[in-house]
Amino acid sequence: MARWSPQRKKKAWYNFLFGGYYAFFIVFIYGPMIAMFILSFQGRRGGTTFPMRGASLYWWNKLIEPSSVGDMQGALGRSLILAIIVMLITALFSTMLAMAFRKKFFGSGVLFYTVMAGLMMPGILLSLGLAVLLKQMGIPTAWWSSGLGVHVVWTLPFGFLVMMAVFNRFDSTLEEAARDMGASEWTVFKEITLPLVTPGIVAAGLFGFTLSYDEFARTTLLSGQYNTLPLDINASMTQRIRPTLYALGTASTIFSILMIGLFLAVSSLLQRKSR
Amino acid sequence: MNDSAQLQHRGLIGESGVPPEIEIKAKAIRRETGFPVGWLITPSAIWLLLFLVIPLLSIILFSFWSAEVGKLDTSFTLENYAGFFYNEGFFDPQADRFLSISVFVKTLWNTFRFTLEVMALCLLLGYPIAYFLAMRVEKFRWQMAFFLLCMVPFWTSYLIRAVAWIPMLGRRGLLNKLLLNLGVVDEPVDFLLYSEFGYTMALVQLYVVLSVGPIFFSLAKIDKTIIEAARDMGAKTSHILWEIIFPLSLPGVAIGMVFIFVMIMGEFATAVVVYGAKTSTVGTVILNYYAVANYPFAAVNAIMLMLAMMIGVVIILRLVDIRKEL
Repeated sequence: MARWSPQRKKKAWYNFLFGGYYAFFIVFIYGPMIAMFILSFQGRRGGTTFPMRGASLYWWNKLIEPSSVGDMQGALGRSLILAIIVMLITALFSTMLAMAFRKKFFGSGVLFYTVMAGLMMPGILLSLGLAVLLKQMGIPTAWWSSGLGVHVVWTLPFGFLVMMAVFNRFDSTLEEAARDMGASEWTVFKEITLPLVTPGIVAAGLFGFTLSYDEFARTTLLSGQYNTLPLDINASMTQRIRPTLYALGTASTIFSILMIGLFLAVSSLLQRKSR
Repeated sequence: MNDSAQLQHRGLIGESGVPPEIEIKAKAIRRETGFPVGWLITPSAIWLLLFLVIPLLSIILFSFWSAEVGKLDTSFTLENYAGFFYNEGFFDPQADRFLSISVFVKTLWNTFRFTLEVMALCLLLGYPIAYFLAMRVEKFRWQMAFFLLCMVPFWTSYLIRAVAWIPMLGRRGLLNKLLLNLGVVDEPVDFLLYSEFGYTMALVQLYVVLSVGPIFFSLAKIDKTIIEAARDMGAKTSHILWEIIFPLSLPGVAIGMVFIFVMIMGEFATAVVVYGAKTSTVGTVILNYYAVANYPFAAVNAIMLMLAMMIGVVIILRLVDIRKEL
């Protein structure tokens, strides 16, 4: 097989090259986060950059103490509640929308582009428009009202695209068979449609959760009296940056990664079940 | 007598045919499957009307008002638009600002130019990664694992990821250490943090995954037999890359670019974190005018930003037909 060996060698070399570049890329996108992670264990007298002056949990402790960093716990709680509500609404609305779009209907084009506009519109624009409008009307802004509103506008297109993809691959003969056998619409939905699209609904909901949990631009002008977590982080950055911020960043990143892990576990479980 | 009963009792099948009006009715009955569309779309439609359409329309309305102390003057004016484009002394040959462009147009242009730079960098850095994942990694399991590893940062807070650049870029940061140790520079350089360089680095790191994802999906969809066929007919690797793989990956490239374009045009938080207060993007200009309660002028800036974005997106979508991808 001597004829093949030069080509194979070349292929191995290419793979080595690309693999090396991939490793560099991973270092590039994870490097800063890893540095932040290490620096969050900075010693008591250490600063925000290397070198480490000893190692301690001092800054992590500061994170848990209520007084030191404003209303961090409250902000975290609000962000979580908001993210969960957004998750539920996104999952529900995107499923309903995608089911409607299985048929052609009057105004479907307009509705489609309106949903997509939520993705294309810069967050600052919506934030500004709603904030000024509410101010003119004398309605106070709050994270659970106006904040929730623009968050769902932002997450809905993601969930909608996921559910559209799910229904594109959906075998509707299953539903027709059930209908022919006399099942009511509700029974068809409950027994056939819903179990088959559940992984998609979970994915749409997760999009809603993570996007809302991290959202900053859309909440800036609309959160009202109380901050969400990203706003709180931003506020603490305008003061002197301390390693507490790194501890918070690390905690938040770990939390996000746990959410992804949870999602992957749930979706693989559901997939196994549906087989 | 109801419709279905009528259907059953009109003579024998094949004798006289089904009367047309009943056939239409029967079709209508058959079509009515699934939940009624109206119920399915109403909640989302109302939500979008309240939180997307009305804010957008009101921004357009506000841009024609003017700011008074403590309230808004609701009489129609084009002053804000004039203020955006026109510079005092533009037509005066004696003035310093003769034929100089207004600072707001300049900011918009700079934001646009800078966005294009970051897009180009994201494409250059991201494309080989997508290619590696789709074409070089053979086992599906590994493909997915490597891909997920790339995508995880997208799900973490981008504010935090911006903060994470501070220990990297600062005067005593890791990059400076590296440069010193390599002997590239003799003393720490200042241009890394709070500069366009640092800002670019941070934005590329934040958004490059948005180019990897769509390009990867486009590349993974390419039918491998086409490449085999080309190879059998003696095409060189470079030919295959340029004439088969690249054109077929264009829809993914376009989607990725649209995402990055839209995200960075409206960007302001990263700018504040890694660029400090020195910079102005359109986003920061809007916030500044909001802070001083000049809502109409903030609205004009927002509308101009949106127009620039729409033009950009239309150009990208004109260049590449992404409908095949959807």
